[in-house]
Amino acid sequence: MLDAGPAPLVQVQDLKMHFPIYTGLFRRHTGDVKAVDGVSFQIQAGQTLGLVGESGCGKSTVGRTMLRLYEPTAGRVIIDGDDVASLPPEALRKKRPSMQMVFQDPQASLNPRMTLADIVSEPLHEHTDWTRAQKLERVYELMDQVGLNRRFVNRFPHEFSGGQRQRIGIARALALKPRFIVCDEPIAALDVSIQAQVVNLLEDLQEKLGLTYLFISHDLSMVRHLAQRVAVMYLGRIAELSPSTDLYSRPLHPYAEALLSAVNEPDPELALRRKRIILKGDVPSPANPPKGCNFCTRCPKVMDICKTVKPDLVEVEPGRMVACHLYTAAGSTGASEAPERKNQERNQQGENR
Amino acid sequence: MADLAASVLEVRGLRTVFRTRGGEIHAVNDVSFHLRRGELLGVVGESGSGKSVTMMSLLRLLPMPPAEIRGGQALLDGRDLLSMSDEDLRSVRGARVGFVFQDPMTSLNPVFTLGNQIMEPLIKHLRMSKAQAETRAVELLELVGIPDARSRLYQYPHQFSGGMRQRVMIAIALACDPDVLIADEPTTALDVTIQAQILELVQELRQKLGMAIIWITHDLGVIAGIADRVMVMYGGQVVEQAPVRELFANPQHPYTRALLQTIPRISGPREARLKVIEGQPPILNAPLTACPFRARCEFRHDACDAANPPRRAIDGLPVGQGHDVACHWHAPAGREAAHA
Repeated sequence: MLDAGPAPLVQVQDLKMHFPIYTGLFRRHTGDVKAVDGVSFQIQAGQTLGLVGESGCGKSTVGRTMLRLYEPTAGRVIIDGDDVASLPPEALRKKRPSMQMVFQDPQASLNPRMTLADIVSEPLHEHTDWTRAQKLERVYELMDQVGLNRRFVNRFPHEFSGGQRQRIGIARALALKPRFIVCDEPIAALDVSIQAQVVNLLEDLQEKLGLTYLFISHDLSMVRHLAQRVAVMYLGRIAELSPSTDLYSRPLHPYAEALLSAVNEPDPELALRRKRIILKGDVPSPANPPKGCNFCTRCPKVMDICKTVKPDLVEVEPGRMVACHLYTAAGSTGASEAPERKNQERNQQGENR
Repeated sequence: MADLAASVLEVRGLRTVFRTRGGEIHAVNDVSFHLRRGELLGVVGESGSGKSVTMMSLLRLLPMPPAEIRGGQALLDGRDLLSMSDEDLRSVRGARVGFVFQDPMTSLNPVFTLGNQIMEPLIKHLRMSKAQAETRAVELLELVGIPDARSRLYQYPHQFSGGMRQRVMIAIALACDPDVLIADEPTTALDVTIQAQILELVQELRQKLGMAIIWITHDLGVIAGIADRVMVMYGGQVVEQAPVRELFANPQHPYTRALLQTIPRISGPREARLKVIEGQPPILNAPLTACPFRARCEFRHDACDAANPPRRAIDGLPVGQGHDVACHWHAPAGREAAHA
């Protein structure tokens, strides 16, 4: 176990989500898009795990599959003792109140024909047998919690700004008192000055209600601010899973290193001094991933073994899990060090041109 | 002024309004700026701050109506873009001024090959033959770092990734060797590693071709890395303007300062709580008669409600040349008026 203490609230074990590809006249099953291909992690109760990566890496699919918005291909998702991935329909329905989701686009995830009261009380209609008055009271309570004025209760989504709409989305997710919330890029569609408002709200709610978050985002600096531990995904697999402080001060996986170096700090002095690692090329298609390590086509430190063997996610330092051949097989590390360094130099020369 | 002679573009008092059924929206309010040869001017602001509308107005790219340019001048080497004939303007667009739009997915025509779209300006503006244009198109694609350029010429946009498409957009904008390149959030739709590639490409092209660039973005991090000078927009006007290091080291407008504090950093100490700018951006349904930021400003006082502050230099240089800010706290006259 990574951290001592209570058992984790959320445990994901070797989760796979493959979307079939059908082609030709007879719609034959000719392949799979391996959106999520063997992902494992756990989240302690009351903590936040950040899940970062570029578009198409499968981070949103992980979130959706965990809540069984998709039927997983394989793997287990244990949330508070129950394996959500294999629960039968009726049991799953009973389980749903304890796990909720906040979506990226508050414009698209709210029904434009429903009022705020309708939207926030809809989960209550589904899962409780409360009276109208009880439900309305709960709606008001939620509006107070997320900082929406009670006078707005009968307004429609278009009458709210982006930040306020996201507050409605959060109120809806909170309606049934969940323990675990998947936040799928909740601030990506908001203006910079509004993002901080929503992030602070999420933090306050976590503290007050003891919530556990999976925070999916491509905004690495916001994840640093929010999460205790961070998983970096690349092409359907986790490249590195480390405590936030360690990851940001000293990333171990070459992809994590490149990703962090690409983030633009609002500081011109720093921008001058800093060494960027510019990755060549694009992310390969998840329908046809490379044979060895998924990152081997773009990795500045690639070795021969990377092109044939997929590295497993293993603990290389206390609490730090990395899927990279640089850190495994102690014997091979020593042997490969020299060519690796040469490779690195060549790459840097190429970039400085 | 000697310095202005070096300006390739000078905009004075630009005003753009949109006439809608719900009344007029004053999107751009008295915006003035200049662009020196070879410099990169960063324009920062949130959605609705008027940064894109300002640049679209210059080339009259907005649908009119509902848009209407109410006043101002935009001098490109002394010739006013806003008052010249449509025909003259056509010889400027794409030829002297290139434009890169935000979304590389929608700004290429899906039914034409890339070669077709790159060659169009070459044939139209530079009157090249098809064979000449093709040779030049290959050169351009190589310039922006697209491998195997010749065979790529005959492919369609859907066969390219997002980063590649943005490279193609830049190639098209550069086709006629423009003096000015306007890039409207060119990396916003891209992932960080791809964004890093494009930023590096632009720096390289600047050194090679020496054009002046206007870079519109809401991302202060991008600006810090590439701009020479920065203009911050809010409520359809310029609220602060300064050389890039000066702006980040010594921000003067309360909005700029707050904006810099709301962004979490990737290095340094982790902030316990993010600073918040309370409230919402203003709705610009009337001409500004007071400071547009006053409702969200922590330094608000009477003068802020009484008048919209003009831009004032804080370093003795003429406005637009050094560091200037539109805030009553920096206006001695405004402060006196507040106390009177």
